[in-house]
Amino acid sequence: MRQKAIMLALVMVMLLGLSACQSPATVNELRGTGDLGLVIERASGSVLVVETTGNSVLGRVEGLGDLSHASVVYSRDGRYGYVFGRDGGLTKVDLLTRSITERVMQSGNSIGGAISQDGRYVAVSNYEPGGVKVFDSETLALVADVPATYTNAEGETAQSKTVGLVDAPGNQFVFSLFDAGEIWTLDMAADSHEITRYDAGDAPYDGLITPDGRYYIAGLFGEDGLSMLDLWEPQAGVTDILPGYGKGEQKLPVYKMPHLEGWAIADGRAFVPAVGHHQVLVADMNDWSLMDRIDVQGQPVFVMASPDNRQIWVSFAHPDNDVIQVIDARTRKIIHTLEPGKAVLHMEFTPRGERVWVSARDSNRVTVYDTRTLDPVATLSAENPSGIFFTSRAHSLGL
Amino acid sequence: MSALISRLKAWPRRLLVLVLLITPVTVASEDGIDEADLSNLVLQDCGSCHGMTLRGGLGPPLRPDDLERMSAGAVAALIREGVPGTAMPPWKALLSEPEIVWISERLKSGALIKGPQE
Repeated sequence: MRQKAIMLALVMVMLLGLSACQSPATVNELRGTGDLGLVIERASGSVLVVETTGNSVLGRVEGLGDLSHASVVYSRDGRYGYVFGRDGGLTKVDLLTRSITERVMQSGNSIGGAISQDGRYVAVSNYEPGGVKVFDSETLALVADVPATYTNAEGETAQSKTVGLVDAPGNQFVFSLFDAGEIWTLDMAADSHEITRYDAGDAPYDGLITPDGRYYIAGLFGEDGLSMLDLWEPQAGVTDILPGYGKGEQKLPVYKMPHLEGWAIADGRAFVPAVGHHQVLVADMNDWSLMDRIDVQGQPVFVMASPDNRQIWVSFAHPDNDVIQVIDARTRKIIHTLEPGKAVLHMEFTPRGERVWVSARDSNRVTVYDTRTLDPVATLSAENPSGIFFTSRAHSLGL
Repeated sequence: MSALISRLKAWPRRLLVLVLLITPVTVASEDGIDEADLSNLVLQDCGSCHGMTLRGGLGPPLRPDDLERMSAGAVAALIREGVPGTAMPPWKALLSEPEIVWISERLKSGALIKGPQE
């Protein structure tokens, strides 16, 4: 009888031990999230949870749908990543347990999103049906549905595709209407969720907010130049900046639209990808005039400054997309050309900028570079990696 | 050989598509087409505007239903020359004529779309 009891106890202990082994190791592991991030694996609908201290992959989370053109924002505690998929899926991923905690299919076709200043709301920018939806960041329950209605050329009411959705100070969201040529602000501070509309340039395709949260700037496909809204003086409306920079020049075909996220602002100057010209434009931020153009080897897609603003890293559109060019922000000269692999899609600096991670989609790898020596220090395997997003974004306006 | 081709032509279209799908795609065909490379280009690069499942994005969807009213030749012309005034660039500088024809035919048939097509 006593032997039986001992046996039973032993079995119980073994079972407990087994179940502890089966649960994710991370659950028992006490750690912060400040050095974590997500890498999008666009073809397989999965994300890698990575850490930047040892440059390693911690695990993979699957089942996120169509992740072409996916992006991520983070909860203010840096624990949860909100992944915006192309197919309208919004997925909340827990980086510590490496699992999906919530997931909603919120539209048919979407393009990125933002988290509010106070962290309570996650907004998604939709193509189909065109508009913005706002969700409770805790539960992903719908809080506000904002159709981007406008009157089209035929005089009918239509819904525009929305792009360039960012968060802004005062718990606002700002976004652009591709088909309508407008910029809207959505005020989440009050329950009325007030919308204010501003006329902008032709066919805004992406937008950004400066790191101080003051200027919202939309890139235009329909014309040269950019539309800018000063959020400190919104009543002044939208102004055109860098107008006609490509005037009289034959535009080159654009095989991939530039991105404005991660826009480089260094030394009082803004570095912007030109559209249809193999150039990076340099604008004087005092009066937003064009002060220089830097010739680069292709159509720039991402133009990103290192956190110390000393280097500008540029990625390119198809077919010149196997290299990265590094520009010295002070001399505005190209100082290095790197070859991280086939179809380089994205790059992300570690929070203090000692490393930069670069994804090469068709080489199935992510390369980590030392920003001082420009030498590769690590390579990680990933399936068709695209966007790389570190948790430090949780604490930056507009990211 | 010509007998084989005419026999192939007699096959129902779907079967032909199936044959194309199970033919190893890494081998370059007679026209010098690298099918794996082109298929990747359509899904990944065209996909950045048209969606990786070709359900559309900033650019329109490109599934067979969406292209119903266009012939493969019209699709090819559109790829070749682009659509002025829109974000669709002309691809003739990057793609050969056989490559453009190859892509248009597969857009019409839906042969490049992976996974369940509903």
